[in-house]
Amino acid sequence: MSDIHAHPALAHHFDSLEEQKEAATLGMWVFLVTEVLFFGGIFATYAIYRSWYPEAFAAASHELDVTLGTINTAVLITSSLTMALAVHAAQLGRRTKVMVFLVLTMALGGVFLGIKGVEYYHKFTEHLIPGPGFQFEKEHLRHAQIFFSLYFMMTGLHALHMIIGFGIMLVMLWWAWRGTITKEYYSPIEISGLYWHFVDIVWIFLFPLLYLIGRHAH
Amino acid sequence: MAEHIVPTRVYYTIFAILMLCTYLTVRIAFFDLGPLNVVAALTIAVLKATLVVLFFMHVKYSTKLTWAVVLGSVFWLGILLALTMSDYLTRAWRTYG
Repeated sequence: MSDIHAHPALAHHFDSLEEQKEAATLGMWVFLVTEVLFFGGIFATYAIYRSWYPEAFAAASHELDVTLGTINTAVLITSSLTMALAVHAAQLGRRTKVMVFLVLTMALGGVFLGIKGVEYYHKFTEHLIPGPGFQFEKEHLRHAQIFFSLYFMMTGLHALHMIIGFGIMLVMLWWAWRGTITKEYYSPIEISGLYWHFVDIVWIFLFPLLYLIGRHAH
Repeated sequence: MAEHIVPTRVYYTIFAILMLCTYLTVRIAFFDLGPLNVVAALTIAVLKATLVVLFFMHVKYSTKLTWAVVLGSVFWLGILLALTMSDYLTRAWRTYG
């Protein structure tokens, strides 16, 4: 019973592209719920240790670079804007614009990861990697390592999500270029955007929790 | 609903608010507000996240089912954090340090 006039992107088990898009969006959201709880567990760990060792966390947080953290927050928010504009362009069927905004989004993601890399390098040279080589004021030596373990775990998992997002955007760029993405069928860009914005949201929480603890104290 | 196209000025407005909030959260962190520092930081973060979800992620224009899933994630995250912390924060016997 296949409809010869159906859109090539329409899977046979959906009545319309509209219905297919709603299913895809919902599916992505269900995945994002699992991501919320995945990161939620780490945030809970953070909350427990911070409530136990507030002074050590404040002292360790002070070793992070607020300027670089703030710049990266701005970079990521800007990448969310360009992502939203890429989806908008896709809705209107503006192929070139979609590609331009996807490239901008990827470029900003690259800048974010580059700055993150510089920060990691600084932490490495300042002996702030948890382990035998960790150097810190004696009072907080043990508990500052917990902060930095969480710092590397949280920002590392976030960076991994960014790298995966970068790969997804690369595929979207390819699909936009070869003409798969059209005004009628833009849901791949839409749900890729959902993922990208989610990763942005994770950073929105990571930034104040890691970089801005007890800044007033010193 | 799914075909709703958000005017770009909405995106630019949300972007401006997000940037302003980022500026505010950094500024506030340098004032000593005691326990209110973390409250302010998290309030601003929740506000920012809500704006991203509603506008950039189009939830404002989505189906009720999507709303239910999104609110479900917040609800379950709330259970995760509330039950965990209600345990850890009420252990009077724990020696801190």
